[in-house]
Amino acid sequence: MSDLVLQGLTKRFGEFTAVDALDLTVPAGSFFALLGPSGCGKTTTLRMAAGLEEPTAGRILLGDRDITGLRPHQRPVNTVFQSYALFPHLDVAGNVAFGLRRRGVRDHAAEVARMLELVQLDGLGRRRPAQLSGGQQQRVALARALVNRPQVLLLDEPLGALDLTLTRRMQVELKRIQTEVGITFVHVTHDQEEAMTMADTVAVMNAGRIEQLGRPAELYEFPQTPFVANFLGQSNLLAAEVVERGAGYVAVRAYDNRYSVPAGRCRAAGPAAYLGVRPEKVHLAEAAAQVPAGHDSVAGVVTDWSYVGVGNRYLVRAPWGTELAVFSPNTGEGYYPPLGGEVVVHWDPAHAFLLDREPGAGDATTPVAPEPTGVPA
Amino acid sequence: MRGSRVVAGLVLAYLLLPVAVVVGLSFNAPSNRLSYDFDRFTLANWADPCGPAGLCASVLRSAQIGLLATVLATVLGTLLAFGLTRHRFRGRGPLNALVFLPMATPEVVLGSSLLALFTAGAVPLGFWTVVIAHVMFCVSFVVVVVKARLAGMDPRLEEAAADLYASPWHTFRTVTLPLAMPGIVAGALLAFSLSFDDFIVSNFNAGTMTTFPMFVWGSAQRGIPPQVNVVGTAMFAVAVLAVVITTFRRRAR
Ligand SMILES: Nc1ncnc2c1ncn2[C@@H]1O[C@H](COP(=O)(O)OP(=O)(O)OP(=O)(O)O)[C@@H](O)[C@H]1O
Ligand SMILES: [Mg+2]
Repeated sequence: MSDLVLQGLTKRFGEFTAVDALDLTVPAGSFFALLGPSGCGKTTTLRMAAGLEEPTAGRILLGDRDITGLRPHQRPVNTVFQSYALFPHLDVAGNVAFGLRRRGVRDHAAEVARMLELVQLDGLGRRRPAQLSGGQQQRVALARALVNRPQVLLLDEPLGALDLTLTRRMQVELKRIQTEVGITFVHVTHDQEEAMTMADTVAVMNAGRIEQLGRPAELYEFPQTPFVANFLGQSNLLAAEVVERGAGYVAVRAYDNRYSVPAGRCRAAGPAAYLGVRPEKVHLAEAAAQVPAGHDSVAGVVTDWSYVGVGNRYLVRAPWGTELAVFSPNTGEGYYPPLGGEVVVHWDPAHAFLLDREPGAGDATTPVAPEPTGVPA
Repeated sequence: MRGSRVVAGLVLAYLLLPVAVVVGLSFNAPSNRLSYDFDRFTLANWADPCGPAGLCASVLRSAQIGLLATVLATVLGTLLAFGLTRHRFRGRGPLNALVFLPMATPEVVLGSSLLALFTAGAVPLGFWTVVIAHVMFCVSFVVVVVKARLAGMDPRLEEAAADLYASPWHTFRTVTLPLAMPGIVAGALLAFSLSFDDFIVSNFNAGTMTTFPMFVWGSAQRGIPPQVNVVGTAMFAVAVLAVVITTFRRRAR
C-alpha cells in the first residue's frame, strides 16, 4: 500500500483553470473526503488521478512511483463515476465482472456474487442497467469498482442518488469495507455531513484550490478561511479590527463593541479580521442580567424564526443592522423568544475565532433563508 | 380514438396493397403473356421459380453484388464514421458535407457520370463496375447511420472500460463495437436493400450484364413472368421474418 500524492497538479481548459497547482497527500489506507461546491474541480482532480484527463502540469505519484504518464488501464486505481457509466449492453453481473475478466481473474462468478450481496443487489445479476432504479445503478457502479480491490478507489459522489435511509446504510457499509479491505478511498462529495461522518481527513476545495485540510473536527471547530467557515456548517462572521494582542488573548472591536478571543484561536495576521462564532455556540438570553460572566454579548431583535425539529433557528438583527444566526437545540430548556422580541445574544469567547479579512469587506455570515413560519406560538 | 384507428388501417392498407397484389399474382396462371388479371390459381410458379430464362441468374447476380457492395460499404462507411466522430482533423467539416453528396445527387446523374468515368478510363463494364458504383452510394448511407449511433454514445462508457483495465483494443472490442453494432447492422441492411433494388445506376454501368431489377424492367416490355412475383413474395417473407425475429429477441431481454 502506498500514499497517493498529487504535486502541483494543474488542469486548464483553454483560459479557464479548473484545478490550480494542487498539492495533496492521501495517506495509504485512509478515507479521504474532497469537499467543495459545484464546479470547484473535484471531478477534474479525480479524472486526472484515474488517468482520464491529462494534467496541464504537475505529477501524480503512488508511493514513490510516478504514474502521471500511465494510461488509465495501467493504473491500480478504479473510479465510481458521478454518472455511473454502466455498460448498457452487459447485465449487472457482466458489469461487475468486467475488471476481473480483464485482469484474467479466474472464478470471477463467486467474487461477483459476493460483491452483489455486499451492495444488496443479490438476485439482480441478470438484469440490464436500464432495468434498475437510480440507486440500484449507483450500487452496481460501486460494486464494479470495488470488486477489483484497487490500491486507490476514487468515488465521485457515489451516494448522490440514494434516499436518506439507503445513504446512511451505504455510508456505514462503505466505511466498513474501507476499514476491512484497507483500500485508500478518495471520496468526492458536496455533502458536508457525509464528508465529516465518513472521512479521516477532509479537504475543502474551492475554485481549483484546497482551502483547508484536516480532521473533520479541526476544520469545523477552527476553520482556516471564511469560505471553509461558511461551507462546512454555518458561521457568524463579523467584520472586526484587532485592537490588542494581549497575553493569551486577542481583543477586537466590531461596531464599537469590544470582544476577545483566545490567542490560540486567532488566524488573523493583520488588523482586519473576522470575528467568527458558530450559530449553535451562540445563546439567547432575555436580558443582559442573565448573560453568564465572561461571555461576550450583543443585544438585538429577533427578525426570523424557524422550527426545524431538532432545534430552532433564529436570525437576530444587531444594532448595526446585520443579522446573526442562532441555533437553539430543542432541549426543552432555555429561552425561545418570540418573533420581534428583544434578546441578548451571547457566547463563550473560547468558542469564537478570528480569521483574516480583506480590509473593507463587510460581515460574511452564512446567508440563510429560513422558511417563513409566521408568528411563533 | 376510433378515427385514428380507421386512419391507421387505411394507411396500412395503402402501404400493403402492392405487396398483396404481388403475393396474389405469384399464384396466378395468366392466360397470356401480357395479362395482369388473376386468371387461375396455381402453384406451378412456386414449383418452378427459375422457369423464365435468366430470372434466377439475375437474382443470384443481384444478391452477389448486394453482398459484396454491403460488406465493402459497411467496412468503409464504419471506418469513415469513426474517423469523423472521434478525430478532429483538417477538412473534417467539408468531409462531413461531402459524404452527403451521393445521397443528394439524382441517381440518373450519378449513373451517367460514372458511366462517363468508366468509359473514359476504358474500364470494361459489368459485374465489378456495378459493385463499385453501388459501394459509392451505399457508403454515404452507412456513414450517416453509424455516425448517428456513435454520436449518441456516452464517452464515459469507454472511459469506464479503460478505468477497469481494458486496453484501447479491448475497450473497442468489448464496449465500443457492441454499442455501435446496431448502427452498423442497420447501415448494412440499408446498403443491401439499396444495392439489390437499384436500377438506374446499374442500368448505366452494367454493360451486357443483367441484375434482377434490370431483368424485371426488361421483361416488363414483353410481359412479366409470374415467377417474378414469386421472387418478390419470397423476399418480402424474408424481410418480415427478419423483423419478427429481431422483435422477439429484443422482447426476450
Ligand atoms: N472538458 C471541459 N472543458 C472545459 N471546462 C471544463 C471541462 N470539464 C470541466 N470543466 C470546468 O471545470 C470546472 C470544474 O469541473 P468539475 O467537473 O471538476 O467540477 P466538480 O467540482 O466536480 O463539480 P460538481 O460538484 O458539480 O460535480 C467547472 O467549472 C467546469 O465547467
Ligand atoms: Mg463532479
